[in-house]
Amino acid sequence: MSTILTVENLKKYFDVPDGKLHAVDDISFSINEGETFGIVGESGCGKSTLGRTIIHLYQPTSGKIIFENKDITFATKKECRDLLRRMQFIFQDPYSSLNPRMTVIDIIMEPLLIDGMKRKDARQRASELMEMVGLSKAFETSYPHELDGGRRQRIGIARALALEPKFIICDEPVSALDVSIQAQILNLMLDLQEKFKLTYIFITHDLSVVKHISDRVMVMYLGKTVELAGTQELFNNPVHPYTKALLSAVPSTDIDEQQEREILHGEIASPINPMPGCRFAPRCKYATSKCRTDDPHLVELKPGHFVSCHNINS
Amino acid sequence: MNEVILSVKNLSVEYRVEEGIVKAVNDVSFDVKSGETLGLVGETGAGKTTIALSIMGLLPVPPAVVTQGEILYEGENILTANEKYLRTLRGNKISMIFQDPMSALNPSTYVGDQISEVILLHNKVSKDKAREMAEECLEMVGIPKNRYAEYPHKFSGGMKQRVIIAIALACNPNLLIADEPTTALDVTIQAQILELMEQLKEKKGTSNILITHDLGVIAKMCDRVAVVYAGEIVEMGTLRQVFKHTAHPYTKGLFDALPGNGLSGKKLKPIKGSMPDPTSLPENCKFANRCFKKTEKCDCSIRLVDIGDGHLVRCISPLCCEGVK
Repeated sequence: MSTILTVENLKKYFDVPDGKLHAVDDISFSINEGETFGIVGESGCGKSTLGRTIIHLYQPTSGKIIFENKDITFATKKECRDLLRRMQFIFQDPYSSLNPRMTVIDIIMEPLLIDGMKRKDARQRASELMEMVGLSKAFETSYPHELDGGRRQRIGIARALALEPKFIICDEPVSALDVSIQAQILNLMLDLQEKFKLTYIFITHDLSVVKHISDRVMVMYLGKTVELAGTQELFNNPVHPYTKALLSAVPSTDIDEQQEREILHGEIASPINPMPGCRFAPRCKYATSKCRTDDPHLVELKPGHFVSCHNINS
Repeated sequence: MNEVILSVKNLSVEYRVEEGIVKAVNDVSFDVKSGETLGLVGETGAGKTTIALSIMGLLPVPPAVVTQGEILYEGENILTANEKYLRTLRGNKISMIFQDPMSALNPSTYVGDQISEVILLHNKVSKDKAREMAEECLEMVGIPKNRYAEYPHKFSGGMKQRVIIAIALACNPNLLIADEPTTALDVTIQAQILELMEQLKEKKGTSNILITHDLGVIAKMCDRVAVVYAGEIVEMGTLRQVFKHTAHPYTKGLFDALPGNGLSGKKLKPIKGSMPDPTSLPENCKFANRCFKKTEKCDCSIRLVDIGDGHLVRCISPLCCEGVK
């Protein structure tokens, strides 16, 4: 399996009145062709910023992004446009990511027209795309507000697929949907992946979704990677105290299962001018003085299982 | 434990809007017993929140119209009670926690004052005494009392939800309605809030109605569950009856659609189609079009029937017919 995307020491800081907001702080990973790479974390951990920085909706502050063996870190506008033929984005909110004044078919045609396709051909292709994502022809001339959330998300998917990309970044694509609809969309995404050999980055806060769909999972906390491993390995043998707490916080639907719950105290700290040391230390019950002064580094515990914690041996 | 404190009988609510008549709640009946937590679970648009607003006497009229039914609290029908009586109930005997902690607080009033406001409204106490009581409420939900004089924007989502819980519990209500209390929160914060709600319920003996779409939250918190679909209760029973002896195909579908019950890469089992348009609900079983067990016999109106030990199901061929404890 070849590597399709490599991210090295990527940083994205935002200037805010109080200083610098460290949204993504020194993240490195690589993704193989055809895999689904899950990124989980709670609100404010930087997972969406990471996705948006990779596809150049934000300019990276520093670091390297290598896509299909090309360094795209500081791509020009023209290069970014070419990039969108290979890499696309599905947004979280199917309510606000579609232009309310455009009909469904126009929304799906738009990327094709921008790419220079003739109107007639684009229309034909958009119809095919609609069929592919399970939208009936009757909706071609509908407006987004006339459709429910699941159908709207299908439009978002069809639009992302229009230019036949190889790589799609999905930012919480099912979070706004009810479970019965969520399952339809996840199945559709799995089908499309198989059919077009797509590679996904799947960003979500929902652990059960990430467990279901991902091959490997990266857990983020305040702009940092805390743990990265194969899905089974991560869910069966979580090592980082934050990962453990996160997994145990999800209420199970099995009423006979005795859940060992680890309730985390306190709340996520501010990402603006963060203190040195482990970002999780203020909420960690194992934190030592070293944790509050030294940044932990990501180390490979077993093949493919990376953890960033000073206390992994104890 | 078995004393009924609230009884909803044959409640139907519709919204009369330009597009037509939206039948939001259709002939819903249930009781809430003292000290129990009843869960209302269902998807977007099922009518869960409309039921809650009816109990609080907060339905937006117009466009909402109650077409039938009654809601009895201490022998009084809330639906026909006058506003003055409702004011003595709301926030005092029946409280509600709203879904979105970001917009439920007044942004220009100290959080502490928002708690003492409720206390002053319902109790004959001095302002100082009310402040003292409000500080106790803050501590009860795990917020240091020196944060009394701060504005909501200084609080995170989880902290705001704690303040809202403090407001709701300030007058020791005997019924608390929580409408998606943790949906807007992260899982680790959700775990904190659920823990807090459980502790307070034990301490104060409040009865709860918990509205959520999250079956995991229901499993953790509830004694009894009602599954709502297209404005109707399709299944109701104890947590064990509904979770372990699931009888309605819709409830079964909800469980099957959840990811994480198997290995990765396996196909999920979605419920096909989507919820019927509430402006033109079918007369027969409202789930029939999406049901994997649909037969010709489903083309009639179907009543909620007891399949044993109080386990109610609205289906002519329930999945588990023998009554199980």
